[in-house]
Amino acid sequence: MSGGIVGLVLVAVGGALGGMARLAVGDLMAHWLGRGFPWGTLTVNVLGCLAIGALATALGWPIASSPAWSLLAVGGLGGFTTVSSFSLQTLTLWQEGRSGPAVVNGLATLVAGVAATALGWWLAGGGA
Amino acid sequence: MTGWRGYLAVGLGSGLGALARHLVGLGMLQALGSAFLWGTLAVNLVGSWLIAACAARVGHRVTGHAARWQPFLMAGFCGGFTTFSLFGLETLYLLETSRPGLALAYGVGSVPLWLAAAWWGRRVGRPGVGP
Repeated sequence: MSGGIVGLVLVAVGGALGGMARLAVGDLMAHWLGRGFPWGTLTVNVLGCLAIGALATALGWPIASSPAWSLLAVGGLGGFTTVSSFSLQTLTLWQEGRSGPAVVNGLATLVAGVAATALGWWLAGGGA
Repeated sequence: MTGWRGYLAVGLGSGLGALARHLVGLGMLQALGSAFLWGTLAVNLVGSWLIAACAARVGHRVTGHAARWQPFLMAGFCGGFTTFSLFGLETLYLLETSRPGLALAYGVGSVPLWLAAAWWGRRVGRPGVGP
């Protein structure tokens, strides 16, 4: 964890950029695939996991921490991915009586997210 | 498609959300000696509750106070406050350090807890329904 004000500013800047990128991906996926299923949230979460796995290897997480980790991982990828939208969208699917898509979204997010993190980790040269 | 005002609102909210998440993590570190797992679980539960409460409060209104603040609060603050990537990384780390039971409990256990928090938030946020 990089200390002091600089670390906090880096997290906030990363979070702002990550959040705007999440919005852009959400818009794009809704445009391509429609709004019937939360494709945007699933996409940002899987992409963010892939990237954070690779970044963790590259930057030596969790032993080392650096300004780059604060900006890119804690702020950027932390803000790019989201649990709140996932929860709201999955709950909404369920309460609309679309239990199938709700379960698929839950399982796909969890399984693809953890698998993507492992893949990113491995691609960047992290040991098993 | 979202206009530039939407991007600005979401960016500001998400930056503040990420900062708040980081501060919760630092607070957990002080209180428990480790921010690992508990900090992420806490922000994800609170964020899921909050976004559902906001969504219920806004309902289908397209104008007014609540609707104006919606992008800042929901996709912005709640989105930046919660995180899925760090959750994934922590789950992988538990697997890598030979704690498959804990990884499974954390990974599979978190999802129903997030959904329960959202369900509760939606109930609380519905106009005319108290906590």
